Amino acid sequence: MNIRSLAAALAASVTLSVGAAQATDLEVTHWWTSGGEAAAVAELAKAFDATGNHWVDGAIAGGGDVARPIMISRITGGDPMGATQFNTGRQADELVEAGLMQDVTEVAKAEGWDKIINPPSLYKSCVKDGKWYCVPINIHSWQWMWMNNAVFEKIGKPVPKNWDEFVADVPELQKAGIIPLAVGGQAWQSNGLFGVLQVALGGVDLWKKVNVDKDAKFAAGPEMLKIFKAAAQAREWSKDTKVQDWNQATNMVITGKAAAQIMGDWAQGEFAVAGKVAGKDYTCLPGLGVNEIISTGGDSFYFPKQKDPEKTKAQMVLAKTLLDKKTQVAFNLKKGSLPVRGDVDLASANDCMKKGLEILKKGNVLPDGNQTLSPDTTGQLQDVIDKFWHDFSITPEEAQKQYAAIIAKAD
Amino acid sequence: MERAAPRRRNSLFKNISAKIAAIPMAFTALVVFLGGTIWTVVYSFTNSKLLPRLNFVGFDQYTRLWSTPRWLVSVENLAIYGVLSLIFSLVIGFILAVAMDQKIRFENTFRTIFLYPFALSFIVTGLVWQWLLNPDLGVQHIVRSLGYTSFTFDPLYNADIVIYGVLIAGLWQGTGLIMVLMLAGLRGIDEEIWRAARVDGIPTWKTYVFIIIPMMRPVFVTTLVLIGSGIIKVYDLIVAQTGGGPGGASEVPAKYVYDLMFYSQNLGQGFAASTMMLVSVIVIVVPWAYFEFSGRKAR
Repeated sequence: MNIRSLAAALAASVTLSVGAAQATDLEVTHWWTSGGEAAAVAELAKAFDATGNHWVDGAIAGGGDVARPIMISRITGGDPMGATQFNTGRQADELVEAGLMQDVTEVAKAEGWDKIINPPSLYKSCVKDGKWYCVPINIHSWQWMWMNNAVFEKIGKPVPKNWDEFVADVPELQKAGIIPLAVGGQAWQSNGLFGVLQVALGGVDLWKKVNVDKDAKFAAGPEMLKIFKAAAQAREWSKDTKVQDWNQATNMVITGKAAAQIMGDWAQGEFAVAGKVAGKDYTCLPGLGVNEIISTGGDSFYFPKQKDPEKTKAQMVLAKTLLDKKTQVAFNLKKGSLPVRGDVDLASANDCMKKGLEILKKGNVLPDGNQTLSPDTTGQLQDVIDKFWHDFSITPEEAQKQYAAIIAKAD
Repeated sequence: MERAAPRRRNSLFKNISAKIAAIPMAFTALVVFLGGTIWTVVYSFTNSKLLPRLNFVGFDQYTRLWSTPRWLVSVENLAIYGVLSLIFSLVIGFILAVAMDQKIRFENTFRTIFLYPFALSFIVTGLVWQWLLNPDLGVQHIVRSLGYTSFTFDPLYNADIVIYGVLIAGLWQGTGLIMVLMLAGLRGIDEEIWRAARVDGIPTWKTYVFIIIPMMRPVFVTTLVLIGSGIIKVYDLIVAQTGGGPGGASEVPAKYVYDLMFYSQNLGQGFAASTMMLVSVIVIVVPWAYFEFSGRKAR
């Protein structure tokens, strides 16, 4: 009797586990580990689990620079995950060329991705020879300046509406013992800031000539020199920052030690965590208030090739889920980024996000540096700007010469 | 001929179990170390990006390497760090060991204190010294709060002296071990030698410099190898303490290799840099080994 019931139980459990096996486990790797980011990922997992499959979370701590080598070595080493994050751009190009990524054209065609993804520049880096290899899922932009309103009240000035007004306020800020511009010590921060200056002060054409056409002569020309001179000013204003991480620098703005920071839209999360309200406690200026243009970098998901056809099927389901309207809204609200489809409603977005959406709608967008330059070139340019930023003995002219030399050899 | 064959066989099968036991290690040495090294050198002549590809470009990677300011700074930093850390580790380590050898009280306690930093990883060391040298938290802040308000000490934020800030942390971590090795060496010296020196009326410092130090040669060789390998591979200390900053002023070759291979996705360039590191080690080690081993044979 006992044995029989045991056998029955066993049989039942076998059928159960067979049933469960149809819901395919898919491991997804990413580097979203901060509070807001983890909450955003949970939304994706929830949406994917609802399709009857199972999202196995493979978060890698330490940021993209740490995570990417791990992901790449897993894919090239024959242990591919179900799906993985990369920044929208050229980071995974060679993996695609080497045939290590699953082609998801089937889903893309069925869903009409080329019609719903806005701006279209986003999916250009996913399509190779007419085939789709990735899904962009959000838009992050660099071109923002974040300012503490209370600081400007203290010096008795209105909050600047553009870069020039800010420049005019700098002497007063310095007199009041406030650091005008907070810039963390890590190389990518000064490099990113320089990119923002290019777009905001130089305009789209300048940026495109340098970063898309890779016109070395132009990069060595007088218009570019203006940008380097502006950066030379900015490095003076930031020299007392003396922190490393970007969020520490953001914190200096939040606490009023510094007046402003030029940083991507992810800085907004820090203000939100500190309980600050956009428009009241802090102000954001897209494109430094001069050229209201944002770059459309962000994150994409890639699907490494699997041997198991069940997994490949699950990958297609995941690809479809990621671009679903509901998923897009839930994910991007938590992440603080903009959705990749223009036809969703973000009613609960805050002041700064709304500004971003407005700019997207107008189509004032640029591709991200990651999309136009190889990681190698980006690294070399970053070295030049980083050195220029911290070594005051390097003149704008010298830095420009080195910069142009790298653009000349860029790939 | 007929006799020679079995004898050769004998020597081949002599100690057969020991030889079998050595096979895995020999295999590792040949395939992993030597094979990996050759593979790296070969691919340093290609234009491999994210994935290794056999697309040869001659010396292009090396030309680019030696015209990259960051690499030149890295090499210069390694030279400064290397020479100073070698000298100071040996001198401080030896002096501490001598002081410890004066039959002082609480020797165990002191030894533990000096050796303790060595138990910490470079990451922890780097972070601790990042805080100590931070002008708003560490040494500068303390001295200023004592009343010396114009005191400035922020090596990690000054591109000219940042490498010395790293050196301080490196020495703090490493000299304890050198001291212990030296102390063991000193303890290995026969008491008779000291007595003989005293009978001859040789002053203590002269005994140390002309008799004890030459006798401690094996200990010095060991410490040199330890310090030398530590210098070449210094990476984690930099990453934890300065991140290569400010403005790339504290970059080192090992970090260049890693960054180029994984962040910039340019394997060829990273391989070229690591090959140059290998070459520099060979340039130092081969003449020394030649001198060392040929000398021994003659003796």
